[in-house]
Amino acid sequence: MKSLEELAAIREKMKQKVAIREGADDAVRIVVGMATCGISAGARPVLAAFVEGINDAGLSDKVMVTQTGCIGICQYEPVVEVFENGKDKVTYVKMTPEKAKEVIEKHIKGGKVIEEYTIGAVTK
Amino acid sequence: MKELSLNILDIAKNSVRAGAKNIEINLNEDENGILTLVISDDGRGMDKNTLKSVSDPFYTSRTTRKVGLGIPFLILAANQAGGDVNITSKTEEEYPKDHGTTVTATFDTKNIDFTPLGDVTGSLLTLIQGDPDIDYFFKHSTPRFTVTLSTKEIRKTLGEDISLSEPEIILWMKEYLEDQYNV
Repeated sequence: MKSLEELAAIREKMKQKVAIREGADDAVRIVVGMATCGISAGARPVLAAFVEGINDAGLSDKVMVTQTGCIGICQYEPVVEVFENGKDKVTYVKMTPEKAKEVIEKHIKGGKVIEEYTIGAVTK
Repeated sequence: MKELSLNILDIAKNSVRAGAKNIEINLNEDENGILTLVISDDGRGMDKNTLKSVSDPFYTSRTTRKVGLGIPFLILAANQAGGDVNITSKTEEEYPKDHGTTVTATFDTKNIDFTPLGDVTGSLLTLIQGDPDIDYFFKHSTPRFTVTLSTKEIRKTLGEDISLSEPEIILWMKEYLEDQYNV
């Protein structure tokens, strides 16, 4: 059984991490659409896959996972936008937890956009 | 919505947008299988006209498109399972010290058209991850178990300088909730 006392230990570990991060700039931001349209299309497990995947990859210092409301392209939900410093925004559509894992592997870690999952490929 | 927990996430997001500092989510299932969901917040509240229109699928507060389906979806889920939805609200203008909105929904879990609850933990973590500065109080009680989570309590141990949206904290809360569900 988890106890609240465990948090005290996590706190010590986290304080060091937060200090490191304050020196670096957040290079990558992953934004998941979480309005009614996104939620009903399956955005919740997609967000969870990004949160857990980025943590497992040890990238939580450099990559921030956040949420936003309706992006306005409800028919393509779940929608995920990736912002990187100095690069164009990438919009992934009709996301799934499996695709999220692939995006972490190929795009976030490997630096290569998965074109076939982007809005450009879907609306062609 | 495929799971009732997704309706909970969706409705609680309204509380976030209403500027709530505290959101309470209470799920109670009695011995007759009647499930009562109460989501209450201390947000800015709604006036009578807004309150009347939220159950209308063609009303929305959003600006990107004109259809708002959150509350109608919840009403649909409740009605098809022999239950109902009731919303009360106090505006900040009229009640500066005691404002907010309470959404109460009932469901008969024995009804064949009852939408399964699904991943309640996942919805709660999504809420906290998205808006970690809000305080959430969650309680899910049935004749078989009681699960609670209070972010105020977590913050007491964790301190104010560490965000609850940190992945380590989210994953800790996930285990904390799952442990309680699996007793």
